[in-house]
Amino acid sequence: MTEHAAVAKLKEKFSSSVLDVVVHRGETSVTVKKDDIVAICSFVKKSLGFNLLCDVCGIDYLGQSPRFMMVYNLYNISTKEYLRLKTPVEESDARIDTVSVVWGTANWLERECWDLMGISFNNHPDLRRILMPDDWEGHPLRKDYPVQGPGREPYQGRIS
Amino acid sequence: MAMTETMTINMGPQHPSTHGVLRLVLELDGEIVVKAVPHIGFLHRGVEKLSEYRTYHQIIPLTDRLDYLAPMSNNLGYVLAVEKLLGLTDAIPERANVIRVIMAELTRLKSHLVWLACHGLDIGAMTVFIYCFRERETVMNIYEEVSGARMTSNYFRVGGLSADLPDGLEKTIRTFAEDMPGHIATYEGLLTGNKIWQKRIQGVGVIKAEQAIDIGLTGPSLRASGVDQDLRRDNPYSGYENYDFKVPVRTECDTWARYHVRLEEMRQSCRIILQALDRLKPGPILADAPKVVLPPKKDVVNSIEGLIHHFKIISEGFKPEAGDIYQEVEAPKGTLGYYLVSDGSAKPYRMKIRPPSFVNLQALPQMVEGSLIADVVAVIGTLDIVLGEIDR
Repeated sequence: MTEHAAVAKLKEKFSSSVLDVVVHRGETSVTVKKDDIVAICSFVKKSLGFNLLCDVCGIDYLGQSPRFMMVYNLYNISTKEYLRLKTPVEESDARIDTVSVVWGTANWLERECWDLMGISFNNHPDLRRILMPDDWEGHPLRKDYPVQGPGREPYQGRIS
Repeated sequence: MAMTETMTINMGPQHPSTHGVLRLVLELDGEIVVKAVPHIGFLHRGVEKLSEYRTYHQIIPLTDRLDYLAPMSNNLGYVLAVEKLLGLTDAIPERANVIRVIMAELTRLKSHLVWLACHGLDIGAMTVFIYCFRERETVMNIYEEVSGARMTSNYFRVGGLSADLPDGLEKTIRTFAEDMPGHIATYEGLLTGNKIWQKRIQGVGVIKAEQAIDIGLTGPSLRASGVDQDLRRDNPYSGYENYDFKVPVRTECDTWARYHVRLEEMRQSCRIILQALDRLKPGPILADAPKVVLPPKKDVVNSIEGLIHHFKIISEGFKPEAGDIYQEVEAPKGTLGYYLVSDGSAKPYRMKIRPPSFVNLQALPQMVEGSLIADVVAVIGTLDIVLGEIDR
């Protein structure tokens, strides 16, 4: 398996920020430091051509530190390549700079991430809940949020 | 000096042309839209949360209910994602892949037929609605024959298909795919030369290529803005590289261009279906991976080993190696992506769905701001959104 061409360039340009590179089933994930996320995203878009932001989401690794992981799935329309960027986010400071300045797509995707996962975005143009009602309490996709909803008896039957 | 004020009106969620439960708050200056703010979430069912509490096989029925106008495309994206997570992608038998392609393209036709019907109806061309739903009925019947359900098909399985095609269905599909171009010509005859239709959609909802990519528009809407991108050709899956088809691209960037791109896509889908029917040879429909793939139904009902095998996979599931993958397919409405994270257990640790409509809807405000309020209806129609996958 040859290394993704973007990895070498990222390592060269942001040597101190690249924390980890994982290849699984032929897909490359690059874990980077949270503080440089906007600079790295601008670089991969402008210099490496990853012009389409497919998806933004958060993962909750409850019980681990750092608790959250932000995931950015990118696509390059010209070379037809995928790249995944990840960045860890601490529970005590569950906020990260918005990348909506780099890709407009990120606006709603980050709103969804705030709504369901409770990760906040600095400098976001319109950080409101998007899927849940405005007055909802809690963030449903967190692992410590009960699947049957808050304040209800757990389902007694089998769900799997 | 006269004072002017803008007026704020609420469109939806119970509005026939918002295609479900979309709510738009429109700020108007006379008849001109100054600002449009979409409000979504009325159909949120927590599919991603529910998925974390189900085995991989149990999630397939949930995916039917995302884009309920194109259930098999959702099934396909999901099973491909799970197969990639398992490293099973190359083990899918040829017959299963060919049937998946036939079904995915029938689904594209089905979805585009609803788009054209409702788009026409919204703008006032009511006749085309009846014609499109007549053809859609044929696809629904094919759905029913293969899966038992007209809408929530739940037909694909991890590793293959739930059942083979019933006898005689190939002929029905072939007749449909041969007749369909004639029907498309009928729709064109009703609409393309129609002066009212032209006036209502030409130059409406313009979005340039650069803005479209920035906002993440995909599918027919992106191709109508002059960007030549189609995952079936660029990142082929399920053997799409074996089929000869054109990717229609237009450069007008307006509703008229999107109308033509989708009509041409329907014709290309018919070509793909006919080629796939020619490739269809007898053979297995499930991959040879007994730890993951459900045994054929005849083994389950006829032998104790088959029953035990079935029971173990259904009750315990299978455990993919820890890791994460992202799989995209070209759904009728755009790029549908599944991001799956496995922690080595029988249930996904996290599943994130990237629905095309969610991202495409985000482009609505910039497409309607500065245009007439009547154009909002045309733009909602041309974006071809389904709230089931937006809200999940």
